[in-house]
Amino acid sequence: MGETITFWVLAVVSVSAALGLVFSRKAVYSALMLGAVMLSLAVLYAVQDAPFLAAVQIIVYTGAVMMLFLFVLMLVGVDSSDSLVETIRGQRLWAMIAGLGFAVLVALAVGNLVVAPPTGLAGATQGAGGNVPAIAELIFTRHVFAFEVASALLITAALAAMVLAHRERSRPKPTQKVLARARFLSDHPSPLPGPGTYARNNAVDMPALLPDGSISELSVNRVIARHEAEEGGLPEDPKLAEAIRQAVEEESK
Amino acid sequence: MRTFIALAANPDYPTLEDFGKDPIWISIIKAVGIFVLLMLGVLFGVWFERKLISRMQHRYGPNRAGKFGLLQSVADGLKMALKEDIFPRTVDKVLYFLSPVIIAVPAFLAFSIVPFGPMVTMFGERTPLQLTDLPVAVLLVLALASIGVYGIVLAGWASRSPYAVLGGLRSAAQVVSYEIAMALSFVAVFLVAGTLSTSEIVRAQSVGGTVSLFGMEFSTPSWFVIQLIPSFLIYVICMLGETNRVPFDLPEGEGELVGGFHTEYSSSLKFAMFMLAEYVNIFTVSALAITLFFGGWQAPWPISLWDGANTGYWPFLWFLLKMVIVFSFFVWVRASLPRIRYDQLMAFGWKVLIPLNLGWILLFATFRALRIDEGNRTLIMTMLAFVVLACFLIYMRFDIVAQRRKREQEAEVAAEFEELGNAPEAGGFPVPPLDLPHYHGVQRKEVSSGTH
Repeated sequence: MGETITFWVLAVVSVSAALGLVFSRKAVYSALMLGAVMLSLAVLYAVQDAPFLAAVQIIVYTGAVMMLFLFVLMLVGVDSSDSLVETIRGQRLWAMIAGLGFAVLVALAVGNLVVAPPTGLAGATQGAGGNVPAIAELIFTRHVFAFEVASALLITAALAAMVLAHRERSRPKPTQKVLARARFLSDHPSPLPGPGTYARNNAVDMPALLPDGSISELSVNRVIARHEAEEGGLPEDPKLAEAIRQAVEEESK
Repeated sequence: MRTFIALAANPDYPTLEDFGKDPIWISIIKAVGIFVLLMLGVLFGVWFERKLISRMQHRYGPNRAGKFGLLQSVADGLKMALKEDIFPRTVDKVLYFLSPVIIAVPAFLAFSIVPFGPMVTMFGERTPLQLTDLPVAVLLVLALASIGVYGIVLAGWASRSPYAVLGGLRSAAQVVSYEIAMALSFVAVFLVAGTLSTSEIVRAQSVGGTVSLFGMEFSTPSWFVIQLIPSFLIYVICMLGETNRVPFDLPEGEGELVGGFHTEYSSSLKFAMFMLAEYVNIFTVSALAITLFFGGWQAPWPISLWDGANTGYWPFLWFLLKMVIVFSFFVWVRASLPRIRYDQLMAFGWKVLIPLNLGWILLFATFRALRIDEGNRTLIMTMLAFVVLACFLIYMRFDIVAQRRKREQEAEVAAEFEELGNAPEAGGFPVPPLDLPHYHGVQRKEVSSGTH
């Protein structure tokens, strides 16, 4: 009874999530819909007395794989649109072949049920004494080779991605020590004065005043100075106008 | 070390068969009980944290609302509920609204497998003091934690703000990496307990095992924290990383990212949900630490001498006391440690915690195999010797390289010092002349601070 209710509720949820996955315009929404489908699957596994599979489905697929997708989507940017050009030659053909192959596999698995009577969950897990030990026994005895091969494949893929994305540095990375040395050998070991120091205004276009009241040319924003000199919008204050002119001159040097 | 063993009259340990038989109203009572416990825990946990950290910093902390400031969190919560609920104009409305929910719900769900006590009689029904248990209960906590990350990531993405996106990305990377090390630190517990169900792990910690060394029988302590101390230490570090607490609270490092992923959730019920989820997550990892390493609800030594210590509802009290101690540890860490840098965090997680954990599991599994498998001892010993030799060789290789590099660096620094000392202008560095009048000339020896 409970299983039937769960199935029908989840059927609606997962099918509508799958449709949303295909038809939604934003990539992040598609990824989330896929996550919803995976969660529904996990709940179905749990209802079918496969708690280990359910937990692993959530940890591996929802927690790791989907998180990776989301991560990439976030790094790519919020408003970037998808390119609809197919870069892989014959993608549709191969997709169709893979789909057909999967259909054949499913048909064979279901057909197996028709040919031979099912063992049943109790019969399958009885020997090992429980669901988790039964899976452990199968993975580490009968399927150990396939298991290890799969893990080797995954590690190879990860290493390959790292090698492909790796870039050698053309010059050594400047360390903190090197930077400090360069700074102390330059004219200004201390930070440049910020706009508004000793001034009555802390706007970015107001230069800093030195303790004696003169203007610190170092604090004049180069971009604003050039703009004001070119547009002829120099301020009325002669001291400030002079400072801006000097800043522009130094910039053009 | 017999003292750690519960001497009390046989407590009623529940087994997996005892679960799933409750009438629906008992389940509802338990679920509501856990919810109320967590809500009250958050309210007074925040107060407790603020009070304790204040005392560590020589100040009083909240002391205005109610006696000892006990109602401070209530007042703060009311303020949040009454504030205007702001939707910034550019956010993704659906996800912006959903992410606090996504983060809060799994946090509460994870508590359903925490064992609070043995079999008790609740309104005439015999039932375990735990909402439910599964053959894979501990994995369920990991699964729910990984769903909780979605809340953080989506909050960052939906906010459409650079700070929030960066905070969300950092958090996702951090939680996923520390979850691996965390899951690995459970492996040794599973090896000893032989199960993944929380109630049975507690039961496995009731009696210590025995080890025979050189013909003598030694009994091992029953709490896993002693037997599996490396796993426990790694778990402690991971639980700080997993809950984004100091020193690993980079997702919301206010010096760099304003508020991190919740920058755009200014102050309203949505922000309250984030706060709630953070504290519930802390409670979850604390409860897991107690269940896996500190004997769960079982009474600690002096109390366990009393016969009735582990019967009835008493264990609930011991459990809460242990929770308070673990939570105080969180506060203590927050008061003591500075935040670490992001690259240090990642390097520590991947290059230190995970390899250490794998090595420890290998070692521990070898010892287990030695104890179980009498026949294959030669094979196991050969493999052990091989692995130890390989580790030693790898260590030697790295050590030789590191020492050579250190010597080279020292020689470089010495040569540079010599060169700069001989240069007339100190190599162009702005060094004041050492014979200035206020330096009292070069003859007088300078008095450094700290010697008088």
